[in-house]
Amino acid sequence: MIRITFLLCLIGLLAAPNAKAASSNYPLKDAEVDLGDKASLYRGAQTFMDSCASCHGAKMMRFGRIGDDLGLSEEQLAVLLPEELTKPGDVIETNMPAEYAQRTFGIVPPDLTLTARVNGGDWLYTYLTTFYADPDALWGVNNAVFPDVGMPHVLAAEQGLFQPVYETEGEGENAKRRLVGLESPERPGTLSEEEFEQKMRDLTAFMVYMAEPAALLRAHYGPYVLVFLFIFTLVMYLLKKEYWRDIKH
Amino acid sequence: MIKDLGKWVDDRLPVSRFWNAHLAKYYVPHNFNFWYYFGSLLLVVFVLQIVTGIWLTMSYKPSAENAFASVEYIMRDVEWGWLLRYMHSTGASFFFIAVYLHIFRGMMYGSYKKPRELIWIFGVLILLVLMAEAFMGYLLPWGQMSYWGAQVIISLFSSVPVIGPDLALWVRGDYVVSDATLNRFFALHVIALPLVLLFLIGGHIMALHEVGSNNPDGVEIKENKDNTGKPVDGIPFHPYYTVKDLFGLGVFMFIFAVVLFYWPDGGGLFLEHPNFTPADPLKTPEHIAPVWYFAPHYAILRAIPDKFLGVVAMVAAILILFVLPWLDRNRTRSIRYRSTAFKVNLFAFAAAFIGLGYLGTQAPTALGTLASQILSAVYFGFFVAVFFISRRERTQPVPERLQ
Repeated sequence: MIRITFLLCLIGLLAAPNAKAASSNYPLKDAEVDLGDKASLYRGAQTFMDSCASCHGAKMMRFGRIGDDLGLSEEQLAVLLPEELTKPGDVIETNMPAEYAQRTFGIVPPDLTLTARVNGGDWLYTYLTTFYADPDALWGVNNAVFPDVGMPHVLAAEQGLFQPVYETEGEGENAKRRLVGLESPERPGTLSEEEFEQKMRDLTAFMVYMAEPAALLRAHYGPYVLVFLFIFTLVMYLLKKEYWRDIKH
Repeated sequence: MIKDLGKWVDDRLPVSRFWNAHLAKYYVPHNFNFWYYFGSLLLVVFVLQIVTGIWLTMSYKPSAENAFASVEYIMRDVEWGWLLRYMHSTGASFFFIAVYLHIFRGMMYGSYKKPRELIWIFGVLILLVLMAEAFMGYLLPWGQMSYWGAQVIISLFSSVPVIGPDLALWVRGDYVVSDATLNRFFALHVIALPLVLLFLIGGHIMALHEVGSNNPDGVEIKENKDNTGKPVDGIPFHPYYTVKDLFGLGVFMFIFAVVLFYWPDGGGLFLEHPNFTPADPLKTPEHIAPVWYFAPHYAILRAIPDKFLGVVAMVAAILILFVLPWLDRNRTRSIRYRSTAFKVNLFAFAAAFIGLGYLGTQAPTALGTLASQILSAVYFGFFVAVFFISRRERTQPVPERLQ
């Protein structure tokens, strides 16, 4: 009994969610990331190169690694390379000079290699899909999970522009408005809602992969290691039983 | 031929004497249970950390400018680098899981009592050095939590009266955590502290083999010997416990591999998510949380409003373990034969430790601070209570032989 209680405590301790710097209480959406879906990762890589890489770098990711990991042909990989001179060993760098970015955006757009590891895929997916109109904000848009975001809504033409639904909390001077939902775009984008969400899922999946390419290797080797260790442990158990047969205990 | 060579060596180096003294003719109680796996497992994890550490050092760059990128280089471009890194980071957490369980075992079965006080003292020293080792290792990836965690902990030195600020400066080697700090932590982490650990572990095991192992019954097997001088309840460590520990190792490695291959960040406990952002001295994170294995001590630190007293309490929480053999005045070792009061006291202690661990990872709240204060009182209360409970404790009779 004591033993079980103890183990439960231990499991509870390990499973306790680590406090995360929560900058917003907006519920996160499930990104449904599947790193086994190579086609999705490849589509995500294309979106990344088309829409993200013009401002953001991903300086720890090499093109060749993407090609190897996603099983791309030379032609498929070439689609991702920004210039003809780009070699597979090159990393994803942005063409935007840092000085220009600082002047235009007031901030140098952060490197995105590890973003998914810091915030998680669900956060990223929610972030990508919850830009909304906010006339008070710098670019006329705000974000549900990243309040006062410094990035414009790059994909507004595809998604359309969501309108916020606020709820007022408190009264009088203490009244605060809280974002509770987003309404369908007043002007629809070029993509349907499903198409846009799928595109963002693909992009999220790619960024999750990019943050830890070793995840594919882990998934590949894991089963072999576990099967080996299971057999090893079984043999050791039988060996122990055999040796201990004559010990009274 | 081989036999001759063996004899040749043996005449010059006491190989077989060592083998017999510590394995083949080292007699151990036959009733070790689940809790007795962790000693040998810790030895394995220690070796694992040393070996993976050596390989990581081959590609790691201990400089503020390159450290973060070199860790990602290991994760991406070094062949099997990701495996080495995850083994090392998972190994650190498993080291502490095993250490805490190992310590709890000692407390349950009274393994700190006469004549094993020195083994216990070596053990607490190992815990102290291990914590320093882990703390310094945690700075090396040079992420936000590495940086700010080190900043917070080193600044604690500055709360020492009079010499505080100079002391913190001396430890840091700079006015803020910087390249100088990273370099000295690297040196201490890869050479100095592992060496100290090696000697302490040697002392721990030598002292253990001098007096022999305790067991779940707390019965001294050396008091019942047959006419050849062997303890009747003892069995040679080799082969009996070598095979048994290999089975335990198998189970342990299986769990280790599940974490390594499917859950390497341990939900943000083994590898904290904000640590994948490079250290930025100009940007303090909203919430600085220690890694889980320091969380109980961190919660004790935060429970006390005065900074210096908090530091004193945090340090005392570990140092007080040194005197446990003398606080507990009851001669009955095992929890199996001790009073309900002792049992309740010990499990309250364990529960407080786990509770503090949870609170230490959370952002501070008024309720959390109150809970930390109560649990800190329970933690220290254990030592006070054990002193009084053990004086006139009504224990059950301890059997002559192992059950």
